[in-house]
Amino acid sequence: MERNQLRRQLAVMRQSLFDQGFLDEQFIQLEELQDDANPNFVEEIVTLEKSPLDFNKLDSYMHHIGAKKVKAESTHFREYCKAGNAEGCLRTFQQLKKEYTTLKKKLEAYFQMARQAGPKEIAGRSK
Amino acid sequence: MMENGFSSPRNDAFPAGLRVLVVDDDPTWLKILEKMLKKCSYEVVIARWHSDIFFSCFCMFLVTTSGLARDALCLLREKKDGYDIVISDVNMPDMDGFKLLEHVGLEMDLPVIMMSVDGETRRVMKGVQHGACDYLLKPIRMKELRNIWQHVFRKRIHEVKDIESLEGFECIQMPRCGSDESDDGYLFTGEDLTVRKRKESENKYEDRDSGDPSSTKKARVVWSVDLHQKFVKAVNQIGFDKVGPKKILDLMNVPWLTRENVASHLQKYRLYLSRLQKENELKTSVGGTKHTDSSKDSAGGFGLQSSMNMHHNDVSNGSYGFSGGNSFVQNVNPKSLEKKGSVSVPITEPKRALTVDIPDPCKARSSQIGFDSSFTPLGSQVDFTAFGSTIPTQYSWCDVPEVQLKNQTKSTQLEDGFSQLPPSRSQHQIQADPIKPAASISSGSSAGDGDIKTKFSDSQYRSNHINHATPVGSSVDSLPVQSKNHIANPQAFDPLSTTAWNMKNQGFNLSCISDLESTQRNINCGIESSFASLDEDLKSRWLHGDYLAMNPGLQDIDFLEYYDPGPFAEAPLHLCDSLRYDYDNLCEPTEYSIIDQGLFIA
Repeated sequence: MERNQLRRQLAVMRQSLFDQGFLDEQFIQLEELQDDANPNFVEEIVTLEKSPLDFNKLDSYMHHIGAKKVKAESTHFREYCKAGNAEGCLRTFQQLKKEYTTLKKKLEAYFQMARQAGPKEIAGRSK
Repeated sequence: MMENGFSSPRNDAFPAGLRVLVVDDDPTWLKILEKMLKKCSYEVVIARWHSDIFFSCFCMFLVTTSGLARDALCLLREKKDGYDIVISDVNMPDMDGFKLLEHVGLEMDLPVIMMSVDGETRRVMKGVQHGACDYLLKPIRMKELRNIWQHVFRKRIHEVKDIESLEGFECIQMPRCGSDESDDGYLFTGEDLTVRKRKESENKYEDRDSGDPSSTKKARVVWSVDLHQKFVKAVNQIGFDKVGPKKILDLMNVPWLTRENVASHLQKYRLYLSRLQKENELKTSVGGTKHTDSSKDSAGGFGLQSSMNMHHNDVSNGSYGFSGGNSFVQNVNPKSLEKKGSVSVPITEPKRALTVDIPDPCKARSSQIGFDSSFTPLGSQVDFTAFGSTIPTQYSWCDVPEVQLKNQTKSTQLEDGFSQLPPSRSQHQIQADPIKPAASISSGSSAGDGDIKTKFSDSQYRSNHINHATPVGSSVDSLPVQSKNHIANPQAFDPLSTTAWNMKNQGFNLSCISDLESTQRNINCGIESSFASLDEDLKSRWLHGDYLAMNPGLQDIDFLEYYDPGPFAEAPLHLCDSLRYDYDNLCEPTEYSIIDQGLFIA
């Protein structure tokens, strides 16, 4: 069935997000919070703030959704800032932006597919 | 009254329905947290930290509360009742999360959990220093949130412990605090809870009993009279509206005191003041006349009057105000007083007697005789008997007559069936006299030790009591007399009183708490004693009996239930037949003990 195929694709995509280190267990936490009362909870959370301008906000936001790679980059960025390393700051900031954009794209695709597969399909989260 | 409203619903499934206030400026996180908390079946109140709205509201709230206006206090209470625990982010615009933490902790007396992405040790330490009961790192997991009820539970336990351990000078204040909380349903929310609490405290005491009293107690700051006066002085100097723990600490200039000590004391002090205000409004009879008024009223009117007395007394000693009121109150105060004056005595005799004694001492005595006679009739009345308070009241009066009073009391005893009461009076008198000087002078320093000692003394049995009493001098004699009284009273009154008290208990949570403490101690002592020889058992039980008799009304149903299995069962004295209540049991032992005592004394 097309639906089943979609589901499978979705599961694969999700798994690859973890495998490639984009997401961590916090994302699973969010998925576990999703229930009948909030069938699209994860998406609601993840798209709540499209593009935070404040670095601290972005950082904590990435913590909330379990954006592993972005988190790592923002940590690097913070460390460079603290160390007063302008060059490192700039470099990691670019990296951060890149990771952020990548993640955003991936997640958008993922959620779009999830919507197509139907609300329950995210149940593929059961690993 | 409020208790019922709050406690019953909350008790049923305690952790479930815990009311959590979440403060954060991050909408994403708020949403996640809310969902998580709801999954834990907590009730969640979300407070989005808007620099303008929430902060200004909060400031208003703080201002009003510290203004001490009655409305503000009500507001505080309402707010406080609204939540069980607060989870707050550390980093918020415009207001440091630590500041918030301090305010919430102090003003609302709620456990606060801090959360932050930043797990830097220094910050965590700061949070704990400011009173955070926990510091969670974002992102917080469900499993962490599932357990936050433990902080609420712990706090409830500590409330009980606090009352127990801070007796010395703070006795006065403590009961009030306890009452406040109990009103809110904090302490008595669940029967299971209370039972557990008691068990805990019992264990604690047992542990202590086995150890060195001084070493076990050292961690706690005892607010002696001196210390408290310093504190009050500092508060007055700063101005009540502007006080902060730090400022007070600086002004007090007591090296070993920590900011937390002061903060917690300040918090209690505020509660106490607010309580005073409330009670002043409520009081029907003026406390100015002192004990006489209070005692009379108390018989009929319960704790209100007693509380009134408290106010008056509070400033000076604080101890005697209670005497007039319910047995609960009295018991509590006496303990404290006793502790102050003579450490050991407090539990058994001094309680009632002491309270009265201190305040009235000289003044009342002249008029005492008249009062006594008047009281005796009251005691004889059935109605009064029903109330536990009547007995205590009489006791309180006892202070008045010293030697003469004894005679009178005896005569009165003969006349009335309540002869017991008179003996108690005599006891009180005796004790009171010695106590007065001692209490007023040395109360502060001895208070801390006193608590421990009292406990120990119980366990050690009467002999100790007698020894302790030595300062009192005649206390030994008085003891036997008291026991008699107790015996008679409990039998006659207890059944009635228990029912009546139950009704009243709700209102008198404070007293109940204190009672609980005392009862716990007694029980502990009793248990210990049971192990010892029979005589000792008898004695110890006698103590229990005294205590119980003293408290009659005090003991809640809960207590009764709780105690039944323990000390009584152990006791060989299972004589108690008719009475189902523990007291009865206790009372009988009391009789035995009396006999023993009588022999002993003779």
